[in-house]
Amino acid sequence: MTITTFEVNTIAHLARLELTEDETARYAQQLSAILDYVARLKELDTAQIPATSSVLPPHAALRPDEPRPGLDRSTLLRTAPAVEAEQFRVPAVFE
Amino acid sequence: MLPLSLSSAILALRQGRLSSRELTQACLDRCQALEPALHAFLTLSPELALAQADQADRRLVEWRKDPSQPLPPLLGAPLAIKDVICVKDVRCTCGSRILENFIPPYHATVVERLLAAGCVIVGKTNTDEFAMGSSTENSAYGVTHNPWDLTRVPGGSSGGSAAAVAAGCALAALGSDTGGSVRQPAAFCGVVGLKPTYGRVSRFGLVAYGSSLDAIGPLARTVEDAAALFEVIAGHDPLDATTMPVPRPALQLDGRLPARLRIGLPQEYFIAGLHPAVEAAVRAAIQVFEQLGAEVLPVSLPHTSYALPVYYLIAPAEASANLARYDGIRYGARAASPSSGGEALLDLFCRTRGEKFGAEVKRRIMLGTYALSAGYYEAYYGQAQKARTLIKQDFERAFEQVDVIAAPVTPTPAFKIGEHTDDPLAMYLEDVFTLPANLAGAPGIAFPVGFADGLPVGMQLMGPHFGEAVLLQAAHAYQQATSWHHSMPDVGKTLL
Repeated sequence: MTITTFEVNTIAHLARLELTEDETARYAQQLSAILDYVARLKELDTAQIPATSSVLPPHAALRPDEPRPGLDRSTLLRTAPAVEAEQFRVPAVFE
Repeated sequence: MLPLSLSSAILALRQGRLSSRELTQACLDRCQALEPALHAFLTLSPELALAQADQADRRLVEWRKDPSQPLPPLLGAPLAIKDVICVKDVRCTCGSRILENFIPPYHATVVERLLAAGCVIVGKTNTDEFAMGSSTENSAYGVTHNPWDLTRVPGGSSGGSAAAVAAGCALAALGSDTGGSVRQPAAFCGVVGLKPTYGRVSRFGLVAYGSSLDAIGPLARTVEDAAALFEVIAGHDPLDATTMPVPRPALQLDGRLPARLRIGLPQEYFIAGLHPAVEAAVRAAIQVFEQLGAEVLPVSLPHTSYALPVYYLIAPAEASANLARYDGIRYGARAASPSSGGEALLDLFCRTRGEKFGAEVKRRIMLGTYALSAGYYEAYYGQAQKARTLIKQDFERAFEQVDVIAAPVTPTPAFKIGEHTDDPLAMYLEDVFTLPANLAGAPGIAFPVGFADGLPVGMQLMGPHFGEAVLLQAAHAYQQATSWHHSMPDVGKTLL
């Protein structure tokens, strides 16, 4: 399995990662090697095998829907890199 | 002289031979003295720790006036917490630049429980970035050194916690284990590490990596100490829907093996590439179990060799989704965006993530994104989830024949810093014996069983779901019959 630098750039865009040219070349080579390695899973006949959706036995995870206090806005905003008027500040996207 | 184990420290505190402030200050002094050599911590919290210690001391004074009142089980004991677990108002970096300024506004459930049990938190320990790694070399803040040999890694990703406990900087610690990240560093540093059953311990407040695999577990000098932490942190939590409403286990640590214990030896774990001295130490430990009355039987886990490829599809796939939240908007660091208008926001996301994530995190996000992308999903992620079922069934069949499975924790003792950094696949192979338990959701305990070339060797026992009590009882019986867990690296001895 060979991953090209074009594919690396496509994946990087999907993952919202800006990569340098060096990184793109290195990931092309490393991802190709890792995908070659994991390709051995294709040896397994899994036609009759269900996918694992959970390792636990099914159990009811529901709880009563009762209101309770959460963290307040100013506390949560303290973790943000940029804040204005009690809101997250982001770059303007409209001219 | 500092008590070396959590249980002896708690006894000394109750008997009034030592105050929590003295004990905590001694741990902090030791941290300060050893940090230049070890770098086990990312943040020390001396003010918080001493305030908690004073609170514990006041409680102990009250208690001595009226010893009939119940005392929190870990009152006054200084612990360390891996820096992927939130402690309110203490910086939590996850070993990443993207969270270098992140100060969590709440405690993880496990931290709430430890504090309710009276613990003192001395600091946050080093980790591979977002717990992705086997050596702490992927930390953005520098590698932790193995206390047994400073030129070697402590293992990872909970390498800071393992090194801190091994060197006596904290009496015990919490780590997280997604593919072996508690057990492997415990083995490399000669301490005990328990990965509980998936669903046994709440992950609320653990920064998510691979959500179907992540487990929080204790690291400690003895099995008894690990059990004491486990008893405090285990249990259902309404804030983590994966925790099961099962009763906490009744632990029986009386130095005896569980009656008629059947130990399975999986042939797939004793393979070429296993270091001869590691194999010899593990086989000698198995003989001890036999002398203690266990029956040892061969078992087979035929899909073991597929665990690594399964893990390296499922964990990155989950990581790529979990780490999507680091976008430079809601928390953590933000890179400057060079553009304006419609592209500005997209550029801000891509720049922030490109600049602030390290190489391994980006590699796994890329791998996971690829495995989940249209056209490849079935061939990679879908096939991995089916193969995972086969691995889980291997364990279910084995546990019809035996009570626990014994195996090495790692193929080799601790490797040199830099030895695997250029070869991601070679690094991934370090986890080959620990990944299967995560994929099956099974509990596993690692504990020291000897040395290879002067470096600690660990053995692990794996059990069926919610079988921690048997693992702890058996490993504790082993420690009552042996003395490996009393070994201390020279770097720790110098300050005793």
